[in-house]
Amino acid sequence: MTVPTDTRALRTQGARPSRDGGIRESVVSRTVAMAVMVVATLYFLTPLWWLLVASTKTRSDFTSTNPLWFADFAFFDNIAAVVTYRDGVFLRWLGNSALYAGVGALLATVIAAMAGYAIAKYAFRGRETLFNVILGGVLVPATALALPLFLLFSQAGATNTIWAVLLPSLVSPFGVYLSRIYASASVPDEIIEAARIDGAGEVRTFFTVATRLMAPALVTIFLFQFVAIWNNFFLPLIMLRDENLFPVTLGLYVWNTQVSQIPDIRALVVVGSLLSIIPLIVTFLALQRFWQSGLANGGLK
Amino acid sequence: MAITRVARAGAIAAISALALTACSTGGTDAPGASGDCAPSDGPVTLTFTSWLPGVEEAVAIWNEENPDVQVEVQTGPNGNGGTYQNFFNQLAAGNAPDLGQIEFDAMPNFRVQDGLENIAACEGILEAEDQFVSWTWSQVTFGEENAVYAIPQDTGPMAMFFRADLFEEAGIAIPTTWDEYREAAVQIREQGGYINNFSQSDINAFAGLVWQAGGDWFSTDEEGWTVDLTGAETTQVAEYWQGMIDDDLVAVYPPWTDEWNAAYNSSELWTWVSAVWGANTIASGAPDTAGNWAVAPMPQWEAGGSAAGNWGGSTTAVLKGSEHPYEAAQFALWLNTDADALTAMNRTANIYPATIEGANLPVFAEGVEFYGGQNIYEVFAEAGNNVNPDFTWGPTMTQVYNDVADGFSGAVSGNGTLLDALTAGQASTIEALKAASIPVKE
Repeated sequence: MTVPTDTRALRTQGARPSRDGGIRESVVSRTVAMAVMVVATLYFLTPLWWLLVASTKTRSDFTSTNPLWFADFAFFDNIAAVVTYRDGVFLRWLGNSALYAGVGALLATVIAAMAGYAIAKYAFRGRETLFNVILGGVLVPATALALPLFLLFSQAGATNTIWAVLLPSLVSPFGVYLSRIYASASVPDEIIEAARIDGAGEVRTFFTVATRLMAPALVTIFLFQFVAIWNNFFLPLIMLRDENLFPVTLGLYVWNTQVSQIPDIRALVVVGSLLSIIPLIVTFLALQRFWQSGLANGGLK
Repeated sequence: MAITRVARAGAIAAISALALTACSTGGTDAPGASGDCAPSDGPVTLTFTSWLPGVEEAVAIWNEENPDVQVEVQTGPNGNGGTYQNFFNQLAAGNAPDLGQIEFDAMPNFRVQDGLENIAACEGILEAEDQFVSWTWSQVTFGEENAVYAIPQDTGPMAMFFRADLFEEAGIAIPTTWDEYREAAVQIREQGGYINNFSQSDINAFAGLVWQAGGDWFSTDEEGWTVDLTGAETTQVAEYWQGMIDDDLVAVYPPWTDEWNAAYNSSELWTWVSAVWGANTIASGAPDTAGNWAVAPMPQWEAGGSAAGNWGGSTTAVLKGSEHPYEAAQFALWLNTDADALTAMNRTANIYPATIEGANLPVFAEGVEFYGGQNIYEVFAEAGNNVNPDFTWGPTMTQVYNDVADGFSGAVSGNGTLLDALTAGQASTIEALKAASIPVKE
């Protein structure tokens, strides 16, 4: 969705009035832009292409044939091998990831939206201080918090449980920041006032009126948080010991470290990696139209 | 930080323990070997962290036979991949598992940080020494009197995998000494192949070569640790391989990659000096060469010698703070000596047992098809008996591996030499020991 925006921008920049009065693009700038884009696309898609091709190969073709082109097609056999290995633990990992990322991102979005809305719309003592502290949280990398969190959860005896991964995922300082900015801009005080006059309580006003106006921001927060939790590796690595609780990232990593003991597992890691990115792609494709329409609305306003 | 404080205290404790042992020639009890290791009352549940694939199968046999001592398996990535760091975090938080898998080269790190329970006083542990291949036992006692910090699990005795068919066709004799190996390398190069690949990142494999040559990288006495990455034997090995690299007699593919596998699969590489578990690596990475491989003892520095190196292997340790050291020790001993348990672990994770009897398991008695039907395990069992028991690992092996690997990868691309890398590693290792407040002699 960023691509059309970019070209439009380039078109305006590189535009020059032509002899017949219309707007024409400079050939040079257009070619350069295309070249840059093609190179960037190749750069990002080649590893994915390799992954896709490698997933379809038999074990022996994997090392002996061209890594960027297909050989004997064994894609479905490979998938069957991954999902049946060790009684289907891979599917369980996918399910865990979906649980952590889905539930975690949903609750994180709700909490961030409520916090951001409250900071934007209610005047209270220490509001800016609170907001600045939360903003500071954006700067603290999640990795740096993993070890302190482990020690805290150890005190509570809650390591190696789903809560050890789920609870820290509910926090999104960036989400609060975005919600506040977006709520200030897109939820007019008049509408809240009107809702109050009509007799809606504050909670109802928030859920029925404000969240709808904030929807594009909420989708963004959800997507960001979903991807962040799905890709989060270090926290589960430190917290979890029970194979049945692993998210798919950690599970694949564990398999990958067993390659020297069981060389055949390598093929499972490759196919598993391909399968593990599909949910991310689906989530993006399903939600990006909300995002796009939100951005467009902003532009029209 | 708590961890540093623990490290320092542990380092001092370990050094004083080692020092006292060095002094005492009599049979007096060393401190730390606390006198009692009594069974717990009532049923016990133990936690056991291991990254061996399928170790649950072996544990299930124990759980079946011992209803009062149930063992719960926890897992994670391999040691250096995160499990060791997790152990240290858990030791700091006071919730470490009762038992953990620890590789031989990581044992000193845990000993120095006081992460291991001394199980020498537990029933049957000291007496178990005779059941294990001799070099493995000194790795779990650190030479201390009346001390056992883990039970050896598996080993990686080294030998030479070679392409029997190619050697025969070319009429090249199977090398038995390193001099012959170099001569063979020249002949193979004329045929367009390489005799071997010099692994720039497997520093523990290089350590195995030094181990065979009689070298030793670390030692301890009452004054602290001595680091010797550039001793006479190490220098000899480093210069030998540097010569091979300089004369383009070995390939330098990054190991464990597709191109490395492909080089074996396409018959470009003729031998691999590696550990027993490497048998599966070749079979999996070079399927087109099935039936053409064979195994011979490592080439020797002295004609007629039989020294072997070791690459890999791990132990089952009882971690500090376990409330049931007696039961944990009994389980660790059973897991690594019981024929059924060893067979199960071999089936699921290809382990090669550290016990003497383990080499006689039925799975090791048969010829292997991939190796032309040769019973390759006879060679490895013999190699295991010829591993020098005096090799000592240091307390910061992860750092040593990383630092030396940086230098080695430079050396294979003509930037410095292997010996330069080891010299730099020597300095950085001393720095790392000092930084961890571990006494070190310069």
